[in-house]
Amino acid sequence: MQALPELGQVALVLALLVALLQAALPLAGAQRGNAAWIAVARPAAYVQLLLVAGAFAVLTTAFVAQDFSVRYVAENSNSLLPLVYRYTAVWGAHEGSQLLWALILAGWTAAVARFSRSLPDEVVARVLGVMGLVSIGFLSFLIFTSNPFARLLPAVAEGRDLNPLLQDPGMIAHPPILYLGYVGFVVPFAFAVAALVDGRMDARWLRWTRPWTNIAWGFLTCGIAIGSWWAYYELGWGGWWFWDPVENASFMPWLAGAALLHSQAATEKRGSFRGWTVLLAIAAFSLSLLGTFLVRSGVLTSVHAFAADPARGLFILVFLAIVIGGSLLLYALRAPRFEPGAPFATSSRETLLLANNLLLVCACGMVLLGTLYPLLADALDLGKISVGPPYFGFLFVLLMAPLVLLLPFGPLTKWQRETASRPLAMLAPWLALALVLGAVAYFFAPQGPWKTAAGVAASAWVALGTLRFVWTRVRGSGRAFTAEMLGMVLAHAGIAVFLVGALLVEAQQSQRELAMKPGQTVELGGYAFRFEGVDEARGPNYLSDRGHVQVLRDGEPLVLLHPEKRAYASGGQVMTEAGIHAGPFADVYVALGEPLGAADDPDRAAGAWAVRVHVKPFVRWIWLGAALMALGGFVAATDRRFRRRVAERAGVAGEAA
Amino acid sequence: MNQPIEPAAPKRGPRLAVVVGALCFIGFVALLSYGVLQSGRGDREALPSPLIGKPAPQFSLPLLHEPGRNVSAKDLAGAPYVLNVWGSWCPECRVEHPVLTRFALSKRVRVVGYNLKDEPEDALRWLEQFGNPYMLVLADRDGRAAIDWGIYGAPETFLVDARGIVRWKHVGALDDAVIDGQLVPLLRKLEAGR
Amino acid sequence: MNPVRKRRLWMVLALLVAAAAATALVALALQRNVAYLYTPSEVLGGKAGENVSSGQAKFRLGGMVAERSFARAEGSMQASFRVTDGDAELPVVYTGILPDLFRENQAVIATGRMQGGTFVAEQVLAKHDETYVPKEVADKMGLAHQKHGVHTPADTAADAR
Repeated sequence: MQALPELGQVALVLALLVALLQAALPLAGAQRGNAAWIAVARPAAYVQLLLVAGAFAVLTTAFVAQDFSVRYVAENSNSLLPLVYRYTAVWGAHEGSQLLWALILAGWTAAVARFSRSLPDEVVARVLGVMGLVSIGFLSFLIFTSNPFARLLPAVAEGRDLNPLLQDPGMIAHPPILYLGYVGFVVPFAFAVAALVDGRMDARWLRWTRPWTNIAWGFLTCGIAIGSWWAYYELGWGGWWFWDPVENASFMPWLAGAALLHSQAATEKRGSFRGWTVLLAIAAFSLSLLGTFLVRSGVLTSVHAFAADPARGLFILVFLAIVIGGSLLLYALRAPRFEPGAPFATSSRETLLLANNLLLVCACGMVLLGTLYPLLADALDLGKISVGPPYFGFLFVLLMAPLVLLLPFGPLTKWQRETASRPLAMLAPWLALALVLGAVAYFFAPQGPWKTAAGVAASAWVALGTLRFVWTRVRGSGRAFTAEMLGMVLAHAGIAVFLVGALLVEAQQSQRELAMKPGQTVELGGYAFRFEGVDEARGPNYLSDRGHVQVLRDGEPLVLLHPEKRAYASGGQVMTEAGIHAGPFADVYVALGEPLGAADDPDRAAGAWAVRVHVKPFVRWIWLGAALMALGGFVAATDRRFRRRVAERAGVAGEAA
Repeated sequence: MNQPIEPAAPKRGPRLAVVVGALCFIGFVALLSYGVLQSGRGDREALPSPLIGKPAPQFSLPLLHEPGRNVSAKDLAGAPYVLNVWGSWCPECRVEHPVLTRFALSKRVRVVGYNLKDEPEDALRWLEQFGNPYMLVLADRDGRAAIDWGIYGAPETFLVDARGIVRWKHVGALDDAVIDGQLVPLLRKLEAGR
Repeated sequence: MNPVRKRRLWMVLALLVAAAAATALVALALQRNVAYLYTPSEVLGGKAGENVSSGQAKFRLGGMVAERSFARAEGSMQASFRVTDGDAELPVVYTGILPDLFRENQAVIATGRMQGGTFVAEQVLAKHDETYVPKEVADKMGLAHQKHGVHTPADTAADAR
């Protein structure tokens, strides 16, 4: 038991050795046609998972047993930490979350090894080989710069920090789910690199990759949504997206991933966009790696950046350069060898998908530029700059507007050649209806008429357009709905729901920050808020000032909210706990500021307090929309077509859509 | 890449794209490298201590090893000294300890310890275990004097010159790069008599 | 000119126009939304420029909250404090709720503009502020707290409560 952390270290080193084997032998074997070497891939993947999982279990044990002789445990735990949170504190800081990354990577690798029976062994060997290369990078990073098992001898009697931020379900769920998505993009990436090495991309094999991409993207969507939701309820400012560099770091792979999903569909069904698909697969994973780098290396100057270990930053940067540079080089050398797909006319689904790809990629590039611009300015000595959210907001809306406009046309337009008037005729009445609804919203909106109109019109258009497709399909050729189609419908519906939330909350939200004395009432957005004073309460590891605010609607009491200001025992951190009443059509949100009475007034708690009240219509629709998008991704992945064994005989054409 | 129905693109196009792409990539990596190397400069984000250039705050603190005896800023004047803030509860202090010890042994300048918010027994035990590089150790048990110094926590290190003016502050663990790159050159400048 | 050639030419032209428009839009958006960070001595010394000192341009003021400078009129939402960088000080007024980690002797970044000799802040961010703290940043905050040990000025304030 005493030497358990060292065992964890040994497990990591062994995992690295196995990863080396997993990369070297199968890749070389696939090149030379050596079946024995190729056969090493799958077992190596399983063994690697076992070893990394073992290391993770050791670290978890150290946390649960509160072994403060392990430096990482001492720095991120405390004897007061409840048992449940001891399990989740494992990924509470850098080393542990990196180990989680490595574990999830090993998990995806083993899953690929298990569920790739339908692919030729040679292809599997290459894919697992590339994944092995990535594992080598991450395991080396862990072992050489971020060892979670480093000892602190003699052990401290008490752990360092009991960060209250980390004792929260949202905060806890965020990393594992986000990583499942981030890391999951390694699968299409590995496949793309394998295809480049092989010099061809068989569309039949691509069919195998699609569910993996969809699932990874689904998880990433969930992870980002959870992060947004957490920021909303935890930070007390009522915001759900700040275009913060750290948020952008997870949003960029999402955009690339969304483009990738669509590109893969075209490549699989029509053989088109092979180049795009490979490039997007490389981009999605590279952006994941870049995101990991940006938030851990201290490169980004945000109010949250701290002095970071430059050794770590350099390590990841070199790894990043090798992965991205290497795959792009490979692309430059090998992509021209890909067979071009079937040609298509200007009016066709291919063109619409091309537009989709372009718009998403531009959005991604725009976010990247805005995120890195401060660094560029600093390097060029232009001063210390920060890029405000309106840059991102304005350009993003500008790019997404054409995308939203074209979206409903996609499913209704034929592949290769379509007479433009046909889908136009089908959709024109619905476009008109959406515009009418928008106009109605404009006149009825209590405030922010343009944004409200835009939100209603855009989401109605997407929803109605998608429904039109459903109707066409149901009424038409009698073929059933495939899971892939259902997934698409769900995801596009999710977009419609999201648009309602995002645009309407911007347009209709209201807030006020004011000094309130007990008994005072303020009215906002159709609600009344009566401040009833603050009293002191005590939690397991904190002291809190607990406010009471009665919320009324049309004179009738709706709910009693309890916003708090908590001071935590260890670290002395002060945190705001907002009082939120969630509703399907609006949230009511109250946050406590500071006491405004004299500091030494014994009646301080009975005096005036700074209070902030918000009314946030439709804010829940944002996360509901995201949930639908993620669900769409998962559902699409279950399509039976993807699981059908790929015919190995040459000359078997890909199926038509 | 796919194009609408038309002949294949001329060979020059892709080559140009590759060159442009390569340049962009190199620029991108260069930018990020700059960022990483910058971030290594410990307190890039931290604003300079307001104390720099001003006299060190007046203090009178008991010695860790002789609680009955107080030492004040005046007692230390006459020659420069390095003030190192530490605590037995501070893991990073353990990391910088060997570096600090090496530096103290070189007898370049007096190294004074500032034991922050620590129990005397724990502090003494820590010094016994790891070695005591300090000429003397001031004990600030409740951290009140630390506020005057602008001390946020540990480890932090100050350089005070012979006249009692604060010349330099470093936040975070010391390493050889910081000592050789910042502290020693500054000492040399002070001794040369600016 | 043969039709295929012509079509290519149009496409290249369209692409160029689009690229130019995109670049212009991006440059415009960046320029409108970029906020520079200056310290009090830079503002007072004129290094920040006329626009900033005269109050025309919005900028970010960075420094530390000067000790014993924070004051809030009883019952009022308006707070005043001074921001210092060791060399110079600027008085700041702000109406609203201050972030949790706002303390004297702690670094702060306020966004706003000059009005006469006072900085009128529209937004105040305290260093280590958690306006958005996803997991990765919380990691770093944990690390930073260790680096800086258990004592934070927040301790002192919490004790005083």
